[in-house]
Amino acid sequence: MNRAILPYLGLFGAALLLPLFANDYWAVIGARAAVYWVLVGGLNLVVGFGGQLAIGYVALLTLGAYTSAVLCARYGLDPFLSFAAAGVVGAVAGVIVGLPALRLRTFYFAMTTLGFATIVTQIALAWQSVTGGGIGLPGPELPKPFDTPWGFYLFALALAALITWLSANVASSRFGRALVAIRDAEVAAEATGISKPRLLTTVFLFSGAAAGVAGGLFATLQSYITPDAFSFDLSVTFFIAILVGGRGSILGPLIGNIILTLLPEFAAPLVAWSTFLYAALLLAIVLLMPGGIAALLDFSNRKPLTANRAIVPRLDRLRGLLDHGTAQASIVLRNVVLSFGGVRAIDGLDLTVRPGQVHGLIGPNGSGKTTTLNVISGYYEPEQGEAFLGTTPLPHGAPQTRAALGIARTFQTPRLIGEASVLENVMIGATIEGTASFVETMLSLPRHRGDEKRMTAQAMDALAVVGLDGLAPVRADRLQHSELRFMEIARALMLKPAFLLLDEPAAGLSGDEIKRLGELIVAIARNGTGVLLVEHHADLIFDICDHVTVLNLGRELAAGTPGDIRAHKEVVSAYLGA
Amino acid sequence: MLAAILAAGLAVGATYALIGVTYNLMFSASRVMSFTAGQLGMLGGVFGALFIHRLGMPIIPGFILALAACALVGVVTEIVAVRPVLGSLEQHLYVLSTLGLALMIQQFTAIEWSTEPQPFPVLLGFDGGGPLDEKFWLPLVACVVTIAGLEFLYRRTLVGRAFLAIAEDNFAARALGLPERNLRMGSYALAGVVGGLAGFASGELLLAFFANGAMLNFFGFVPVALGGLGNNRGAIIGGIALGVFQQAANFLVGGVFASVAVFAVFIIVLLVRPQGLFGAPATRRV
Repeated sequence: MNRAILPYLGLFGAALLLPLFANDYWAVIGARAAVYWVLVGGLNLVVGFGGQLAIGYVALLTLGAYTSAVLCARYGLDPFLSFAAAGVVGAVAGVIVGLPALRLRTFYFAMTTLGFATIVTQIALAWQSVTGGGIGLPGPELPKPFDTPWGFYLFALALAALITWLSANVASSRFGRALVAIRDAEVAAEATGISKPRLLTTVFLFSGAAAGVAGGLFATLQSYITPDAFSFDLSVTFFIAILVGGRGSILGPLIGNIILTLLPEFAAPLVAWSTFLYAALLLAIVLLMPGGIAALLDFSNRKPLTANRAIVPRLDRLRGLLDHGTAQASIVLRNVVLSFGGVRAIDGLDLTVRPGQVHGLIGPNGSGKTTTLNVISGYYEPEQGEAFLGTTPLPHGAPQTRAALGIARTFQTPRLIGEASVLENVMIGATIEGTASFVETMLSLPRHRGDEKRMTAQAMDALAVVGLDGLAPVRADRLQHSELRFMEIARALMLKPAFLLLDEPAAGLSGDEIKRLGELIVAIARNGTGVLLVEHHADLIFDICDHVTVLNLGRELAAGTPGDIRAHKEVVSAYLGA
Repeated sequence: MLAAILAAGLAVGATYALIGVTYNLMFSASRVMSFTAGQLGMLGGVFGALFIHRLGMPIIPGFILALAACALVGVVTEIVAVRPVLGSLEQHLYVLSTLGLALMIQQFTAIEWSTEPQPFPVLLGFDGGGPLDEKFWLPLVACVVTIAGLEFLYRRTLVGRAFLAIAEDNFAARALGLPERNLRMGSYALAGVVGGLAGFASGELLLAFFANGAMLNFFGFVPVALGGLGNNRGAIIGGIALGVFQQAANFLVGGVFASVAVFAVFIIVLLVRPQGLFGAPATRRV
């Protein structure tokens, strides 16, 4: 059995035993913790995994609570159906609250959710004919056997367990990894084909539905709701529970939620100060322990790694990984012009990268090498000229389209997810190859499990190819710089790319490592992938390239075989030195 | 009626504008938006009421002490919530650290001061209640004084030029040998003074109330977001326009719809132009 679920079994087992030795008062406290977790468990995917600072989720709790209370009290709807309705309203509102996140930066988004929370409370207060205004209205009453404190407690606990299972399934899937990728390495996420709008919209639907259902449960728990019950302090508690628990974890926020709900019960004199203490806790966590509870519980990543590790690529495993045969089309740039302000970074460049070849791109600093790479991978939009794959134009300014076309890349500074394992980092590369839908993933249906199995095996292959398979379970931020460079190549190989763009892969590597990198690049090209290599190490370029283009001031200074370039007078004087 | 709307609108708007300037002062020194901006405004009112009304100090020393206390809070913000997270700006930890500090300030005030709005002393004696009541024009005076003071600082003094330099290009300014850390602390102290002035000048209108912090945080941010980060002119014009619009809507269609309308405009403008109406588009990321 998977050891990771033991803590969950322990927590929920203990919660099941609670009715045996505690009084009714604790049933209410326990139910409150469970109801809050239904919301926090969903919100965790948005905040903890996706890194979106939604601080106003009390708005969705309010909407869910009023939806279900109004439907029950005014229209006599069945309470369970009213919870479902609250979930639907919550899901829709979740997308509305979340949409600004697609365009706005963090602080802005936090502010919009805060504004939304204020508005919803004001409307609840003003719309008296429906919500009862300041007088409020009764919450849904559940039928037997859920009408006692312990009956409701067990019902809420079951939903809390359900949300834990659902969110854990999402978290450990390609969706969860993609969320973390958007949080920590958005640029790399785009290069692997992750569509931020689609992913976030799905997750906002999920967490909104959870928050709406939690609102319905909350109305029942309170038995009578007024706008006062939905203070902004509550919102802050939800948000802080996640950060105290630790980003990118389910168990941490679960424990954080329990602690924050129970804390005032154990320290009655502190009740008035509870929000102050939570805020102080938030500040302390951010400044002193950004990993939260989850980092404290992460024992496996405290064992020291072996020193003097060598990266030994296994080129024989490459054939199994890159089984696509040689592509036919080339990447072609025609007369591309691009300036930044007054500086012409690329000034009328023509370039053809052929499949199965290693194409070197060299030149002094500022000659437009990386900019060329960024035009091909869609980050920049050229002012003139076109980029083609074969005869199809590559859409500009749309980097997330490149992965599906088989164009993968690495970055000048490795773009990694420090808190995820090396294996997970590499699996990000295959995000677009997943076949299971979000719902299948959430319910852990066979197609999702098949996806995971295949991606894990493929990622282990890719790691073996670059020589990092021994480090697969290690947290990526513990790796050495050179290992990160190879890890990025493994991530790019997950796409089985027709073209691989490498941006200074040898920077910071030792002599031995550069030699192995060279062999790896040649082997990748011989398997049919076209490689565009931006490098400063002239020896590496001349050793492994089939074709070299020299740039200067955004223009082609020379092009040809390594032999031609070495003999080229202008190149030697401008760049290589005599 | 029109005069009443205009008087109240301009007064509230001038307060929003000053909170917007507070945001900008902190942002230009550190590239950080801080949730404490609105709290500084709230504290200006609370400190004023505390020193003058409750402790019975004369107006001038009470005023100076209130601003000094707010300046201190500004400096504390820089030391506690901003400086430690500047190293990893791209992780946006400042949103969390300043939120934590702002909530601490707000809760501390609620518990130690009062959870109810407390009266603010009449400062000059023009308190007839009509459109010419001092509570309506004091915020405007504060706004004009601040604009003039900042213009003088930025254009005529060496320190002000140094502020501009670090706002323009932090690295280059440090390479020139400017004491970046001290200038940043200076900016935060100045932000504290401007925020405190906003709260003090609007004290008779908004009263000394802990919940003003959250309210000013949001409505002070709206003009900054719409005008573009760091753009003081945008913040002032936007703030005053927002105040007048809000008061007009308040009188004509009621408070809730006014809030909804402001929020809707805010969201729509930002979705269409995330960099604000007068801001420059985002720079390159790769």
